[in-house]
Amino acid sequence: MSQVSMTVNGKVRKATVDPRVLLVYFLRDQLRLTGTHIGCDTSQCGACTVMIDGRSAKSCTIFAVQADGSEITTIEGLATNGQLHPLQQGFWEEHGLQCGFCTPGMIMAAVTLLKDNPSPSEREIREGITGNFCRCTGYQHIVNAIQHAATKR
Amino acid sequence: MIPAAFEYSRAASLDDALAKLRATNGAGKFIAGGHSLVPLMKLRLSEPKVLIDIARIPGLSGIRKQGDRIEIGAGTVHHEVATSALLRQACPIVSEAAAGIGDPQVRNRGTLGGSLAHADPAADYPAVMLALDADISLKAPNGVRTVKASDFFRGLFTVDLAADEIIVSVQFNPVKSAAYAKLYQRASHFAIVGVAAALGVSDGVIRSARIGLTGASSHATRLAEVEQALTGKPASKQTIEAAARVAGAKLEPVNSDIHASEEYRRAMIPVFTERALTRALERAS
Ligand SMILES: Cc1cc2nc3c(=O)[nH]c(=O)nc-3n(C[C@H](O)[C@H](O)[C@H](O)COP(=O)(O)OP(=O)(O)OC[C@H]3O[C@@H](n4cnc5c(N)ncnc54)[C@H](O)[C@@H]3O)c2cc1C
Ligand code: FES
Ligand code: FES
Repeated sequence: MSQVSMTVNGKVRKATVDPRVLLVYFLRDQLRLTGTHIGCDTSQCGACTVMIDGRSAKSCTIFAVQADGSEITTIEGLATNGQLHPLQQGFWEEHGLQCGFCTPGMIMAAVTLLKDNPSPSEREIREGITGNFCRCTGYQHIVNAIQHAATKR
Repeated sequence: MIPAAFEYSRAASLDDALAKLRATNGAGKFIAGGHSLVPLMKLRLSEPKVLIDIARIPGLSGIRKQGDRIEIGAGTVHHEVATSALLRQACPIVSEAAAGIGDPQVRNRGTLGGSLAHADPAADYPAVMLALDADISLKAPNGVRTVKASDFFRGLFTVDLAADEIIVSVQFNPVKSAAYAKLYQRASHFAIVGVAAALGVSDGVIRSARIGLTGASSHATRLAEVEQALTGKPASKQTIEAAARVAGAKLEPVNSDIHASEEYRRAMIPVFTERALTRALERAS
C-alpha cells in the first residue's frame, strides 16, 4: 500500500491506496466523487477526463499514486459558490448533452482547450475534443456549447 | 480492468532511477506518461512487480538549444513538443508529428522517451527521429552512450536499450525543410502509414534526403530507394513524384491487420511519401 496526498478541488486529501488503483477509481470509490465517469476503461473515450496540474488527462490511464502531490480538478470542482462555470452554463444554454454520460469529461477537456486557446475556431474546438466520444449528440451542440462559453467569458 | 499488483516508487534523479531499477533484479519497469504501459498492464500483457516513476525527475524534460543542435529530454510530454516555439521555428517536423499524436489528453501525459522505448510499430516519433538522423542518449550505471536512431529501432517493440539503461534525451541538427504526413487510424490516431521526410536543398538542387517510414512494418525504417531517387536531382515536383512512386516497393513484409490490408498500405506509402516531400520542399523556400 502507498500513502498519497493530493489536492482535489481545492481540498487536501490524504489516503492509503493500493498502487494498482487507477485515479478514476480512487476519485469515484474512495473520495465518492462520482461525477467523473468510466466509459471504455481503455483510454479511448475521455469520459474519465479530469485536470491534473492544470491540464486534461484520462484518469483511467493513470494510477492514483502517479498523481501523488498533484492538484486535481474534477467536474465537481468547477462551479464556484453555486455559480456554474461558463462551460457548464454553455452546455445548459446550448443543450450540449442528451444522456449526459460524456458531459463531465467533455467539459474538463474543454476547460483545457479554452485555457490554451480562449477563442477557438469551430475546427479548433472539434480538434480539442478529439479525445472525447459522445454517442448521443452528434457533437454539434457540444461545439455550440463550447463556443457559447468562449464568447460569454 | 485491474492490473496485477505492484510496488510503486518515485525516482528523484537519473542515478536514483537506475539504482532502483537494478534493485528489482529485472522485475521492475520505468513508468513515464504511462500511456503505453498502463493499457498493457490493464490487459495483463505486462506485469511488472515494481514501477519506478521517472516522470518527475528534474531536468529529464525540456527542449534546449545546444550550439547548432537541439536536445529534447526523454521526459518531455508530446504537448510541450507540439507547442515549442523553438521547434516550430527551427524544426517544425517534430512539432507537427507531436501535434498529431492521439488526442489532447494523451499529449498531456505521453513522453518522447516512452514512445521511443516502447517502439510501437505505428508510433510517430520513430519515423521523425530517423529522418532527422537523431542521436539517442542512454544512461546506464556505468556510463552514457549514444545510439543513432537508425540503429536503435530493431524490430517489433524492440530497440537497442539494455535492461539497465534509461533514455535520457535525443539530439539532432534542426532541419527546416522537413515534414511528416500520416494516414491515421480514426480512433487512436496511430499511423497506418506515416512518412517523415527531411531534405537538404541548395541552389535548387536536393543535396540530401532522409525518409523515415512508420506504421507499415514491424518497426520504423528508412526508405533508401526514395532517398537515392532524390539526391542530386532538381528540387521539383517532377523529382518528388518520380521518387515517391518507388516508395516502399522493396519493403518486406508489410503489415496487414484490422486497420488496413497489406495492399492498402502498399498503395498509401507513395501517396504519403509524396505529401511529406511536397511539404518539406515548400518549407525549403
Ligand atoms: C488513446 C491513445 C492514442 C495514442 N495515439 C498515438 C499516436 O497517434 N501516435 C503515437 O505515436 N503514439 C500514440 N499513443 C502512444 C503514446 O504516444 C504514448 O504516450 C507513448 O507511446 C509512450 O509514452 P509514455 O511516456 O506514456 O510511456 P510509458 O507508457 O510510461 O512507458 C512505455 C514504455 O517505455 C519505457 N520507458 C518510458 N520512459 C523511458 C525512458 N526514459 N527510458 C527507458 N524506458 C522508458 C517504460 O518502461 C515502458 O516499457 C497513444 C496512446 C493512447 C493511450
Ligand atoms: S474511461 Fe478513460 S478514456 Fe474511456
Ligand atoms: S450526451 Fe450521451 S454520450 Fe454524450
